[in-house]
Order: sequence, then structure tokens, then C-alpha cells
Amino acid sequence: MSADLERPRLVEVPAAAVTQVTRDRKRRAVRRRVVIAVLSVLVLAMIAVSLMVGQTFYPPGDVLRVLLGQDVPGAAFTVGRLRIPRTVLAVVVGLSFGLAGVTFQTMLRNPLASPDVIGISSGAGAAAAFAIVVVGWSGTRVSAFAIVVCLAVALAIYLLAFKGGVLGTRLILIGIGVEAMLRSATAYVLSVAADWDLQEAMRWLTGSLNGASWTATLPALVALVVLAPILLGQTRNLSTLQLGDDTAAALGVRLERTRLIAILAAVGLIAFATSGAGPIAFVAFLAGPIAARLVGPNGSLLVPAALVGALLVLVGDFCGQYAFGNRMPVGVVTGVLGAPSLIYLIIRTNRAGGSL
Amino acid sequence: MTAGDVPDHRPGDVGAAHRLSAERVTLGYGDRTVIDGMDLTVPPGAITVIVGANACGKSTLLRSMSRLLTPRAGRIVLDGKDVHRMPAKELARTLGLLPQSPIAPEGITVADLVGRGRNPHQGLFSRWTRQDDEAVAAALQATHTTDLADRSVDELSGGQRQRVWIAMALAQQTDVLLLDEPTTFLDVSHQVEVLDLLTDLNHTRGTTIVVVLHDLNLAARYADHLIALTDGRLHAAGLPAEVLTEEMVRAVFGVDSRIIVDPTSGAPLMLPIGRHRVTVPTLPAPLGQL
Repeated sequence: MSADLERPRLVEVPAAAVTQVTRDRKRRAVRRRVVIAVLSVLVLAMIAVSLMVGQTFYPPGDVLRVLLGQDVPGAAFTVGRLRIPRTVLAVVVGLSFGLAGVTFQTMLRNPLASPDVIGISSGAGAAAAFAIVVVGWSGTRVSAFAIVVCLAVALAIYLLAFKGGVLGTRLILIGIGVEAMLRSATAYVLSVAADWDLQEAMRWLTGSLNGASWTATLPALVALVVLAPILLGQTRNLSTLQLGDDTAAALGVRLERTRLIAILAAVGLIAFATSGAGPIAFVAFLAGPIAARLVGPNGSLLVPAALVGALLVLVGDFCGQYAFGNRMPVGVVTGVLGAPSLIYLIIRTNRAGGSL
Repeated sequence: MTAGDVPDHRPGDVGAAHRLSAERVTLGYGDRTVIDGMDLTVPPGAITVIVGANACGKSTLLRSMSRLLTPRAGRIVLDGKDVHRMPAKELARTLGLLPQSPIAPEGITVADLVGRGRNPHQGLFSRWTRQDDEAVAAALQATHTTDLADRSVDELSGGQRQRVWIAMALAQQTDVLLLDEPTTFLDVSHQVEVLDLLTDLNHTRGTTIVVVLHDLNLAARYADHLIALTDGRLHAAGLPAEVLTEEMVRAVFGVDSRIIVDPTSGAPLMLPIGRHRVTVPTLPAPLGQL
């Protein structure tokens, strides 16, 4: 036994080996930081483009002066009243959808587990369509109702999927079922809608920034400022959850508590963002997998996915407005991008058993 | 042997002695009761091996010891404290578990995965310390996976992957380590390698090890303390030579056998007797007659 005690294998490690571990860890972190930096620059660039470019081009100087509150003829209205709220809304909902989507995907270890696939976003859309067409509400009351229903739908899916702890696959399948039910309910509501309601209801179903105003933007912005730090605080727990429930619990993660915080915060982000711009198709779903491709297996995807979400909405909205002749809602553009990606991911997931 | 008088196998002063025991625990899933009112003590500083037929509650017991499953009745006690009332991270700094089928995120590198074992030592916003890197380097070295550090876990062989998972559990630096069938799906050389590694860990650090094994002969050879479970009950517990008997094999596994002395280790060696191919009339002398 004493011979074993003198053996240094488990006790002493050469300094060079430790240095190597440190170096490897830093190298992995560098790629993630570079991706975050590049994405941030791209988001800022797209914000600048969205503010300057349109039917009329305003140079950076004009835009800056509007931002500083000075009165610039023409630009004050176009930039100050139209483009700034629209761009801010695009960034806020993009960040929210990206963050919420990747949270669900990471937590349930499945890229199909995004809130727009499992019926949470549809809950808000269906509720809004119902409130507009059947009840005859408009404005803030529709948004408030949509947020409440969205949270209720998420709770219902969670409870239906709960069986001594929530299982990922079970939750996804139940969510897809709920999503199908909500879609048919929405289709019924739309079939009885009057023409003028249809216009308003459609905004809730495809997602569009056309109605952007500070009243639409503010609640989503506040929700993001409150909920994003809560989610980011769960970064390490969420990463550990990827190793499986048993391993995560053995590493000191409180499973149900982590899931509850993450689900509440993510659903809150989805609900408020949807109330601002409608359920912009597939942004929550696409942001995570795109971020995963960029970052690789080198750490948390929460921040990169949020930035990808913002970029998707900014680019999608810009293309929708100017690339196709007639103005298309951003949801149509992201939908065209998203559908093939969904099929691709389903094929790949089936083949690899995949995670993000 | 009763659960109370288990010897302390701790070599010298290495490692802190942690007393882990189950007190009248009843465990189950849904309507099914898997373990009913079991008492069990894990000797500190020793290697305890749990054997038993499939679905006898071995994994369930391990899961409840590491807090994954709350007992319906009774409690799991670590150093006098109910583990289900301890803060999650505090428990995870003392007691680690390698579950049967952990999940490696797609593309994750070996070093990254092993580093995840540091989770219970890190706070919400605390940064990586030199201590964390040392723990990872030591775990890689102990499991001979240093050269694999940069590789993706997906592309490793079964044996390599199992060593990496054990490295992750080692990086957690717990004084008690539970492993659920760490040798399943490994060929014999890797099985022996994993068990030797656990023995090294026990000898050099005094780590208390509880491991579920399927192979009775390896169990008897590597165990300081052998526990046989059947139908959610403790059938026998004690020294391998006391526990691995022909009666136990019949009662627990429902198969006839002869027990002889393993000429390489002196531990009992079990030879199962099926319906065919058992033709030699004189088997070597059974353990009791030596």
C-alpha cells in the first residue's frame, strides 16, 4: 500500500501539462469571442444600414443628428419616427427570439425544441387572432391577451409533458401536437373574419415590423432588459444540462429549478417579442443552429444565438422591404429561409440522433 | 454480516473518510417500488462493488445516493446529513456519480468535457482558476487521455470514451465516487484498465468507490466489500470470499455454479453451470476445502 502512496500519478501533475490545458481552454474561448465580436459588428452595421437606406438615403451625419435629437428637415420624420422604432424593434425581437430559442434547444438537447416549433409562439398568434376577430379588441389589449395566452400554452405543454420530470422528446411531441391544434383554431378564426380584421390579424400570424412604434417596442424592450440577464445567469447550468439529466444533477445542477427559471424567462421573451412584432417565422428556431455552426463546440451559445437572431430579423426585414419590389413582411422572408432548414435539421437529427 | 460493522479500509491518512449509508430507504418510479426499506452502509475509503441480476435496483440505489431520486421513505445519509437536504453543489463537491449513459454534446472536445467536471467548484460568475486547470490535467493524466485532449469525443472508441467520462468524474475531485456499470460494452483489456484505474484512485487518494458491475469474477477480485442485491433487497454484504458463494449465485442469479479460488488473485472465482458443455466430472476444489 505504501508503494501505491508514493506513486505520483494522481497527485502531482507536471506544470507543462497544466499549461497545455490552460492553453487549450483559452484557444477554445477565443473562437467564441471572435464570433461574438464579428456578429456584434454585423448587427451594428445592419442597424446603420437600416437607419440610412430606404426610399430616401440619408447620410450618416443626418442620422446622427436625428439620434442626437436635432431637427433635420425630412430625416427627422423618416428616420426619427419610422426607421428608428422599426430598427430598435427588429433588434429587440431578434435578440429575444434568438435567446429564447437557443435556451429551449439547449435545455431539451434538440434543435426541434424551439418555441416556434412546439406551439408557444402559435399560442400568442392564435390568441391575438381570436381577440381581434371574435372579441373585437385592438391595440394593447390584444398584446396583453396574447402574452397571457402564450404563457398559459407554455404551462399547459409543460404540465402535459410532466411525468416525474420533463422529458425532452415528450415535450417536443406534445408541443408539436399543441401547435397543430392552435393552427387549426387560428384557421377557423380567420375563415370567419371580416376583411378589415384580417389585415390586422395577419400581422400576428406572419410577423411584421410594419406597425413598429414606440408603444409596440417598449414592452418587448423592457422584457428583454429584465429577462435576458436572468437567462444569461443560467448559462453554466444550461451547458451542464447538455450532458444528460443524471450527469448534470451529479455535477450539482438543480434540474427542476434550472428548467423552471429557463422556461419562464424564455417564454416571457417569446410572449413580449411576439406581442411587438408577431411570431417572426423560424427566427427562434434558426438562430441556435446557425450560432452552433459558427461557434462550434466551444462554449455557451446564448449570446451568439441572440446576435444571430437580431441579424436575421434586421436582414430579413431589409430584404422584405426593398429586395422584392413590393414590401413583404419580415416573417415571409424568414419563413422562406426557415422551412428548408427545418427539413434539413429533421433529416440530420434522425441520422445523428443529434443535439445542437 | 450486518450493515453496521463494516471495516474501515482507509489506507493511512489519505482522503477524508466519508460515511455513506442508506437508512430504510424505499425507492421507486411511478407505481413501481424498486427497493423496499433497505439498510446499507458503504465502508469509507474502500472499493464497494454492487452486483445483482438485471432490474434488481442497483442503478436505482446509486441514483438515490447521488440525489437523482428522492426516497419515498427512509433517507440516504452522508456524514450524518440527509443528502436530499444538502445544497446541490456542496454534495457534488463530496460525492460524484458517473451514470450509465451520459450524453456528450455533439463535437465537444475531450478537454472541454473533462472540464465540465469542475462545475460544482465554480460559482455563478467565477472565472477558471489554475486549480481548475490542474484538476483537469490530473484527471487526463490519470486516465491516460492527455493525448486525446484535443480530439472530439464523437470520434473516440468505446474504451477511450469511457476513460474520458471517468476523467470528467475525477476532475470533480470528490472523496466519494459512484459509478454505474462503467465497464459495460468494454472489451476485457479496457474493463481491467478501468478497474485498475479505480483501484489506483482508491489507493493514492483514499477515494471511497462504489461501483456497479456485471462481471461477478471481476467484482470479487476488485472489491474490498461486495454487496449482492436481489429483488430490491440486500441479499448479502461483506468480504468477496464471504459473499460470492454458490448459494448466493443461485439465489440472486438463479444459476448453479462452482466457486473455486482464482489462481491469479486468491479471490473467489465463479464458474456457471448451464445445461450443456459441463462434462468434466472433477472440478477443482471449492473454496471452502482449501
